[in-house]
Amino acid sequence: MARPGLVRRQSIDIPLLGTALLLTIFGIAMVFSAGQTDVPDKGLVGLWQRQLAFFVVALGATWVITRGTVRLIEWSAWPIYVLSIVLLLATFAFGSGAGTASSMKGWLTIGGRRIGQPSELAKLATTLMLARMLAMQRERIRSLVELWKPLMVVGVPWLLVMAQPDLGTGIVFIGICFAMLFWAGVPWQLLVMLASPGVSLILAFSTGVWGAWFLILVALVLWYRPYLVEGVVLVVANVVMGVVAPLLWDKLKPYQQQRFLVFLDPNIDAKGSGYNVIQSQVAIGSGGLFGKGFTLGSQKRLNFLPEQQTDFIFSVVGEELGFVGVFVALALFLALFLRSTRVAARAADAFPSLVAFGLMSAWFVHVMVNVGMTLNLMPVTGIPLPFFSYGGSFLLVSWLAVAVLLRISAEGRGQADALGL
Amino acid sequence: MSYHPNSVRRRALVARGLLVAAFTLLGGAFFRAQVLRNEEFVLKSESNRLREVPLPGARGIIYDRNGQIIAENLPGYSVSLLSPSVDSLKSALRSLAQVVEIDSAQQALALRRFRAARTRPAVIFNDASFQVVSVLEERRAEFPGLIIQSAPKRYYPDGPAVAALVGYTGEVSDDDLSKERYAGYKAGQLVGRGGLEQQYEKALRAREGSRFVEVDARNRVVRDAGVRPEIQPEAPPPLRTTIDLDLQRYAHEYFGDSLRGAVVALEPQTGGVLALYSAPSYDINKFTGGIAPAFFKSLLDDPHRPMFNRALAGTYAPASTWKLATAVLGMEMGLVNIDTRMPQPCTGHYYYGRVFKCWDKKGHGDITLAQAIAKSCDVYFYQLGLRIGLTNLLAGGVKLGFGDRTSIDLPSERRPTWPASTAYFDRTYGARGWNKSVVLSLSIGQANNAQTPLSMARFYTALATDGKAATPHIVARAPERKQIIELKPAQLRDIQMALADVVSRGTAAGAQIQGLTIAGKTGTAQVNGQQDNAWFVGYAPADAPKIVVAIIIEEGLHGSVAAKVATKLMERYLKAKLTMTAVTND
Repeated sequence: MARPGLVRRQSIDIPLLGTALLLTIFGIAMVFSAGQTDVPDKGLVGLWQRQLAFFVVALGATWVITRGTVRLIEWSAWPIYVLSIVLLLATFAFGSGAGTASSMKGWLTIGGRRIGQPSELAKLATTLMLARMLAMQRERIRSLVELWKPLMVVGVPWLLVMAQPDLGTGIVFIGICFAMLFWAGVPWQLLVMLASPGVSLILAFSTGVWGAWFLILVALVLWYRPYLVEGVVLVVANVVMGVVAPLLWDKLKPYQQQRFLVFLDPNIDAKGSGYNVIQSQVAIGSGGLFGKGFTLGSQKRLNFLPEQQTDFIFSVVGEELGFVGVFVALALFLALFLRSTRVAARAADAFPSLVAFGLMSAWFVHVMVNVGMTLNLMPVTGIPLPFFSYGGSFLLVSWLAVAVLLRISAEGRGQADALGL
Repeated sequence: MSYHPNSVRRRALVARGLLVAAFTLLGGAFFRAQVLRNEEFVLKSESNRLREVPLPGARGIIYDRNGQIIAENLPGYSVSLLSPSVDSLKSALRSLAQVVEIDSAQQALALRRFRAARTRPAVIFNDASFQVVSVLEERRAEFPGLIIQSAPKRYYPDGPAVAALVGYTGEVSDDDLSKERYAGYKAGQLVGRGGLEQQYEKALRAREGSRFVEVDARNRVVRDAGVRPEIQPEAPPPLRTTIDLDLQRYAHEYFGDSLRGAVVALEPQTGGVLALYSAPSYDINKFTGGIAPAFFKSLLDDPHRPMFNRALAGTYAPASTWKLATAVLGMEMGLVNIDTRMPQPCTGHYYYGRVFKCWDKKGHGDITLAQAIAKSCDVYFYQLGLRIGLTNLLAGGVKLGFGDRTSIDLPSERRPTWPASTAYFDRTYGARGWNKSVVLSLSIGQANNAQTPLSMARFYTALATDGKAATPHIVARAPERKQIIELKPAQLRDIQMALADVVSRGTAAGAQIQGLTIAGKTGTAQVNGQQDNAWFVGYAPADAPKIVVAIIIEEGLHGSVAAKVATKLMERYLKAKLTMTAVTND
């Protein structure tokens, strides 16, 4: 039943908005629970109210953005991108750390007040900018050299983020980059080749495994036949990475080395850097099928679980709501991502399609790395869980993404059946 | 980008496949952790948050034969600290030391206790004073791992009177913990040391209970009660002994501070120990909850060695009290009867290779065995010993039980000295280093013969009854008796009559008690470089013995001194018994 004057805006993507709303409400409930402890003076009790306030603001911003058009968003890509780069640079002058990442300079701080994390904005900005760049690419990309522009777009903020140093956000940039290149139709062989020096770097710790990887790569190069120079550069790059890795390892800061080693076996430092992950596993594992009850997780209440309001908030879900709660949360995320993929597939144009897929892939990397970290499937990199982790700017940015997706969805193809579900 | 719907649809399909696969993997990992490995993590989470706090129990109460308390438990408080590490315990101790007095020894002890059992709260004060408890209780919030709880402490109402038999309790040592005997003990628990406390450790041991407290990540106690059901400590059944606490107290009073020695009183028919006392004594209560080093040093440095249990471990030449053994052996061999005289009357000395003196220089003249016992004539027993012969005398001594412990139910009884055969002399002095004249000294209770008061008392239980020696025991049980004297009843009665004469008109005549016939034998043993030791071993009433008393007073000069103490003890015991019978007969 269409109301007059609302014809254009009635096509709100209800499943998308619904899952995002459910996730946020779920998340705020968990922030509330994170504040319920037996340990005094942690200052977490009232956080959920602040999170709720940010949510209200985010909803307002969402409404504003959905009033706009994709065209406007496309137009704003450049200014936003430039702004985010400037802000990233500013963190080197006015930056400070927070929480588990206190050694990093991710927060823009003015007069002792933390204003926000420019890297959050940079993710959004880079996605928009990359989408613009790839959408303009008319011919099918056949070689690595043709990727120089998109790689520049990602490379600049990535380097700035890595210099903070914020490894976690760096991973998100790489995830966005590969996902969008894939969505833009870059052949998978090229993506493998692009990733190969990095893979070599990681595999270099075992000569045998690296050797096997190298053989596969050589076979791929011979089969795909890129430009000769490209192929040679690629092979050389892989060899160099294999050799350089141990040297690079020595250049890593001790806490970075420790994080990697502890990821391989948290028990090597069970009381130190492995403590967080072990306690998180204990919290989740002891939750069982139905959990210990909302707000009643003992690992959380008694402060065994670290950073339960931010990085390890999903451990609270696992401990208090059990596998059932975890299943619901993951199902909501999966539903959101599948719906976002659908939005990307049905977008009216290449730009919105790429933006939609890029935003989804950024969330996806966040969820995989953060949730995986709570069970030691991923190294502890300190990146937050969208819609759950306490943090105003992050919630705001997540909802900006929701808003953009809603807008893209509204302008997309086949909205009639989107309305009809 | 190629934005043809077909290629986009293909990529969307790939993307959806990857998304579903990734989430399936993630979900699978959670299923594994939360459902398959749930138990393991529940255990870890429980051991994270719960700390078991032992609830110390009370040791078994020890009663005397009349239901009076020898050992009991008083309410006390222990103070302990829960700590995650040595360092945090150290810093907690430092801040505690600013509030209450903890010396460095106590701190070191607390650390030792922690290292021995890390999951248990480290005990700082076993027995905290009321003042310490109230100060700490008031400032509890400042000490997160602090645990204050009731801990019964051992108390001996008659501490100094019972020190020789009851022992004390102390913390189990690291050495003990490695022994099989103490399997199942945990550092910080109490064990009996010495006396009944040690002997009956199994029966007396407190059954520890436990409760759980909930702690946070910094070992701060968050919830104290109701975390899990408590397991209450169980009190073991009391230990009932044959001791007569009144008599024990009386012995303590009588010995006072000036006399050194020991007394053992037995029930002749059962071997039940009525009293066992060693002087000088000390207050065993001062050993409870850790012995103050200064006090312990004063005990060790005391030249009178108060911690030396003379009743069990003091071996003394039995002197004339042993002459009864010579008499019994002579009669058993048919060599003498109670009225037999020796070929050579006593002239005050006897010649056998050299001169052997009688204690009375004037001599006793031509006397019978009965008179020799009453007057304790050495010359008579020299000749009897020679007739028995060294080999028979040694074998006889073994048969009468002088070579073995009595196997009383107390630790640290010392084995008496008695040569089992002549090989002993060959071993000790070399084959040519001794001669058979040693039999003369042995037959009057001298030479290589050293008996404990307990062992002499045991021998006299046989003399007082039908020739059966009763094994001394403190905890009530069925009597164990062994026939050691094989004489006709009439012969035994002759000896008993002679023993009664000792007190009525012999060497102990001064110790008579109005209305009580007492039988016994004095002994005066010479000790190199010291005054003579005084012995008396006897029983009363002479016609129906109810109590055997063996007493030694170091440097007591003469047996008659000991006899006076002994007869007083007998009187005390028997009169109390008479009054009690009278009361019950009313």
